[in-house]
Amino acid sequence: MRTNTKRIWTPARIGIYAFLLTAAAFFLLPLYIMLVTSFKSMEEIRLGNIFALPMHMTVEPWRQAWSTACTGVACEGISSGFWNSVAITLPSTLLAIFLGALNGYALSFWRPRGSQLLFAILLAGAFIPVQVMMFPLVRVLAVLNIFSTLPGIVLVHVIFGMPIMTLLFRNYYLGIPQELFHAARIDGGGFFRIFVQLMLPMSLPMIVVAAIMQVTGVWNDYILGLVFAGREHLPMTAQLNNVINTTTGTRMYNVNMAATILTALLPLAIYFISGRWFVRGIAAGAVKG
Amino acid sequence: MSLTVVFGYLATLLWTLKISLSSSRTLPVNNFVGLIQYERLFDNERWLLSLNNLAIYGVLFILACVIIGFLLAVFIDQNVTGEGVLRTIFLYPYAMSFVATGLVWQWMLTPGVGIQEGIRQLGFKDFQFNWIVDQDMVIYTVVIATVWQASGLVMAMLLAGLRGIDDDIWKAARMDGIPTWRVYLSIIIPMLAPSFATVFLLLATAVVKLFDAVEAMTQGGPGTASEVPAKFIMDHLFGRANLSLASAGAIMMLLPVLALLIPYAYARARKGKR
Repeated sequence: MRTNTKRIWTPARIGIYAFLLTAAAFFLLPLYIMLVTSFKSMEEIRLGNIFALPMHMTVEPWRQAWSTACTGVACEGISSGFWNSVAITLPSTLLAIFLGALNGYALSFWRPRGSQLLFAILLAGAFIPVQVMMFPLVRVLAVLNIFSTLPGIVLVHVIFGMPIMTLLFRNYYLGIPQELFHAARIDGGGFFRIFVQLMLPMSLPMIVVAAIMQVTGVWNDYILGLVFAGREHLPMTAQLNNVINTTTGTRMYNVNMAATILTALLPLAIYFISGRWFVRGIAAGAVKG
Repeated sequence: MSLTVVFGYLATLLWTLKISLSSSRTLPVNNFVGLIQYERLFDNERWLLSLNNLAIYGVLFILACVIIGFLLAVFIDQNVTGEGVLRTIFLYPYAMSFVATGLVWQWMLTPGVGIQEGIRQLGFKDFQFNWIVDQDMVIYTVVIATVWQASGLVMAMLLAGLRGIDDDIWKAARMDGIPTWRVYLSIIIPMLAPSFATVFLLLATAVVKLFDAVEAMTQGGPGTASEVPAKFIMDHLFGRANLSLASAGAIMMLLPVLALLIPYAYARARKGKR
């Protein structure tokens, strides 16, 4: 109920705030525990309470997580995974956006024969479990000699990101008046010239939304990186899982939590900085699907 | 251009279908053995367990996400102070990967060091919360972690829906003296049906794809107690060199997705014609 009355402390309003604050506490709890744990020493963790603040703050776990924690065989921390993820995310995002914009442009202005059907199949592709396409893709990449390489994993991300990217740009371009396009054609613009000189500059708001979606999506991916990236280019998420789930002996909970925060840092930063854009992005990608 | 992608999607799909009808193990072979792999799949205890888990998980995950997400959206929509902060708090887990989510919750739920121990130290010596090491309860811990991650998204989408509802409806309802909860139940929820449908579709696809969170949280354990189809397929594809069985599993996973997608597409197409 949206009332326009002044805020008075009725029992109902107290109830509303009680519910919201309880919920907020539940949602914040893991973040709080991650943070306090990452600043504790192992002795303190073994003896202390999971909810307690650290008695002696130490940044040692963070240093270890970044540069000495063991990810399977190597013990160089997850910094290499960070740079792998950067190397995977950057080209995957740029390429997927460029191709998505190109597809969307072709679908909304040029409308080649059969494009509706192609578009429908492409969209359905967004919902297909990756396992269905995984092994054939492994074979294709192996034949192309790019399995377990950087170009290989980038290609896979571009393929799986294509449906949403195309959808975003198609819907965006549908909102641009056709007259503008016709005028450009009369002025002698070709397919690519109109795209590069007219459409791309106009699509800046959509490019931002698409970039947010693709960057967080690729950064948070685990399964594709695990299968296609190969040991040399394992993304941060996969290394993180190795750090925590394959260590023998005592578990370094403080290091683990620091590593987890480090891995989540980039998408969280994007979320907090971009705010409304992030919500708009997921909503645009989701609602119209 | 988009043609290649469609070939990528369609051709790989058909290829997997073909393999699922062969007797491939480590390498794909081109013989045709009919539906034997599907029979083997449904004789396989682990596969049946994974389907069972997925059913339990799916129902609880979707219900919990929708209920919590809707309640959060409704309460936030009450003209509260600090709305922006609350929205941010409820949605931030969605920015985190399933792996990170799974690992955090794994740690919080580990009996010796996590929440159980914390609450015991507060004085409740007999407090028990060891679901993650309990074969019968472990799947519920996956529900908790993933609901924490995804219900904020449901909130964001339903809140957008709530904001789109005309104020006049509220005025009319208040004039007629209808209690607020009745307005929500009989007017607002039906009006939000399209939003709910989209949310449901999104959550359902997430259910079928569930893999990362399980891998990070329980690795399918204890034993095989939290096995899910996606993990079963991955294990047989890469760990156990049983290509055709895994392909049959992958095709089976496609069925629920199509079963959801086709009615949805049909409904949209009909709506488009009107």
